[in-house]
Amino acid sequence: MSEQLTGAEIVFKALNEHSVEYIFGYPGGAVLPLYDQISKEKNIKHILVRHEQGAGHAAEGYARSSGKPGIALVTSGPGATNMVTALTDAYMDSIPLVCISGQVPTHLIGTDAFQECDTTGITRPCTKHNWLVKDVNQLAETIHKAFHIATSGRPGPVLVDIPKDVQFQKGNYKSAKEVVVETYKPKIKAELSKIEQAVELIIKSKKPIIYSGGGVINAGTKASDALTEFTRITNFPITSTLQGLGAFPGSDPQFLGMLGMHGTYEANNAMYECDLMINIGARFDDRITGRVDAFSPNSKKIHIDIDPSSINKIVKVDVAIVGDCLSVLNDMLTTLKNKHSDFCNSNKEKISDWWKQINKWREKKSLSYKHDDKLIMPQYAVERLYELTKNQDTYITTEVGQHQMWAAQFYKFDKPNRWMTSGGLGTMGYGLPAAIGTQIANPGKLVVDIAGEASILMNIQEMSTAVQYKLPIKIFILNNQWMGMVRQWQELLHGKNYSESYTEALPDFVKLAEAYGAVGIRATTPKELDDKINEMVDINRPVIFDCLVKKEENCFPMIPSGKPHNEMILGPDDEEGITEEGKVLV
Amino acid sequence: MSKSAYEIDQHHDQVERYVVVAWVDNEAGVLARVSGLFSGRGYNIESLAVSEVDHDRKISRITIATNGTQAVIKQIQAQVLKLVPVHKVNIYPINDETIFRELALVKFLGEGEMLQKAEQLCVDNKFEFLDKTSKSFIVQALGLRTEIDEFIEKIKAFGSVSISRTGALAMKKGSETVKDNKGQVL
Repeated sequence: MSEQLTGAEIVFKALNEHSVEYIFGYPGGAVLPLYDQISKEKNIKHILVRHEQGAGHAAEGYARSSGKPGIALVTSGPGATNMVTALTDAYMDSIPLVCISGQVPTHLIGTDAFQECDTTGITRPCTKHNWLVKDVNQLAETIHKAFHIATSGRPGPVLVDIPKDVQFQKGNYKSAKEVVVETYKPKIKAELSKIEQAVELIIKSKKPIIYSGGGVINAGTKASDALTEFTRITNFPITSTLQGLGAFPGSDPQFLGMLGMHGTYEANNAMYECDLMINIGARFDDRITGRVDAFSPNSKKIHIDIDPSSINKIVKVDVAIVGDCLSVLNDMLTTLKNKHSDFCNSNKEKISDWWKQINKWREKKSLSYKHDDKLIMPQYAVERLYELTKNQDTYITTEVGQHQMWAAQFYKFDKPNRWMTSGGLGTMGYGLPAAIGTQIANPGKLVVDIAGEASILMNIQEMSTAVQYKLPIKIFILNNQWMGMVRQWQELLHGKNYSESYTEALPDFVKLAEAYGAVGIRATTPKELDDKINEMVDINRPVIFDCLVKKEENCFPMIPSGKPHNEMILGPDDEEGITEEGKVLV
Repeated sequence: MSKSAYEIDQHHDQVERYVVVAWVDNEAGVLARVSGLFSGRGYNIESLAVSEVDHDRKISRITIATNGTQAVIKQIQAQVLKLVPVHKVNIYPINDETIFRELALVKFLGEGEMLQKAEQLCVDNKFEFLDKTSKSFIVQALGLRTEIDEFIEKIKAFGSVSISRTGALAMKKGSETVKDNKGQVL
């Protein structure tokens, strides 16, 4: 019989077995035995955040930019409840997180003990799975299961709740190799008959579009390569969801830009008019589809997803392929090359009319905006940031709101895992901690959080973390003093009743940066913007960049709620397109 | 006309009753996972019956009577199937292919003629008496949900009653058993 270990030792032995390098956490009474153990660990470094939500988003940023699971460690009660937003965020965006939470000792569970809460009860709907471990001999096995479930299939957050007495008790360790989850076996390889059905549709199509999503990013960098090869071979136009940006190079002419509510005119019209839609790792989210009953009315639809419950959930499809994006793309490529080698040569001609139509839509230049000599336009700020940082391998995180959409529209991503944004849950306060996690995973790389002045204040305390660990993240605030997206909806949908969307008292962000021990920079005119951005990039310390932008600019183009893809509004002159029915939707 | 993703198919399809049967690991919290999924996604639970059916493998069978359009029912099946401790899920439409049974314990309180009439009603239905006193009896009613509904309606006319019901159980007729459908498109 092997040597007995304490619960805390078992936890870290398991984390070591899964090659964990970083834990984002915050100590407290119910995790002190684990923190005892942390101080003895040689290969695992703890990053002390300033709020547990920050630990969760930092772990998300780490996971998204590295392809490895993010690990968070929090105490019982408020530690766990503060983690709920980050877990929900990771669940919505399919990000692998392993959260370990402390719990009051088993004999106190259910007594309303100090810092007790029903953590597994609270987190049940916002995790892929969770466990309360009451038996130390189940601990190793549970942690191995947690890693397996978080990282395989459709990735997601898991939580392991460990009572304090279990952390002290001695028990047996079990290796990950000995652990199987009988009821959890995600399907990686798709049925060949389905692949062949899809390929039949592909070779016949005259107006195809590839609609790719976060599933391609989650399937690893090789999946992005396969997607790129597939797109090049077919010469099909490709659009991407917010989460899928970077899987196919954003600067490539075959890329139509993002689709959906703030997507480009060409992408949305191509979705509406196409005769074949190839959904690769996306989920027909309501920000993408607009009005469902008028969604791409004349197309055959192929849906590739590793999660069978995504299929036919929102949009009924003609060919449903359950499998990992990499495996499916490779199988489709093989079938195309082996059985239809002539297609690859002849296809450019066949879909040339379709490309002509797309280029006509492109001529609308739906992302254009009115330039201004005196004020910095927010779009211009992101464009300049892109131009001045595109030649180095830059990682972008965002908060949530107008700035996020402008970042998605104007910053072009040529590689996967360079874009970390909260899409499903839309969590303001995501970007700064996510930038911290991203910088930890990618030392030496430029990491910029494109932020709004309202969002950034939701987790601003993490500046202190960035300074402590000398993480030279850049917080690029598009400061318009409004909760811009709220203001925009109030303008367009609520009769310009700007209720509570203006922040009457904002901090001086330059002084705020200095107070944290970081560097503050402010830009107020378009003229000085380039120099200041260059200055920011050159500083090897955390920077808050306060970019004062035009206050009332709206984010266009936009599909108003309740409208189909072909009824976009392109700019301020187009606003009467919104209906009463559309106003009640979110 | 539906306007958004929140109203898919509701208007094109009729709401019908179904029974969802899930085979799950009998572990802490598993019922909360399944029932929480129903409430969280806005599905209805008419009745719910659960018990361990395989003591060696620790597997429980959960039977939920629910209603929805066909698309909603498919989505319920897919979502329940996605839960980690769930082995397989089957859907039974309410038709002749499936056996449905529900059990109720009914305590009747009454005297004299009314007590006799109530007793006679139970005898007519061939229900088994489990307890009798001069002022009350407990009867076990077994049958379809509608049959039990009717019986309760009738016996209430004779006195006051206290009722406990199991909710529906379901099993498909014939020699076929439910195959593993984890990870499949439904």
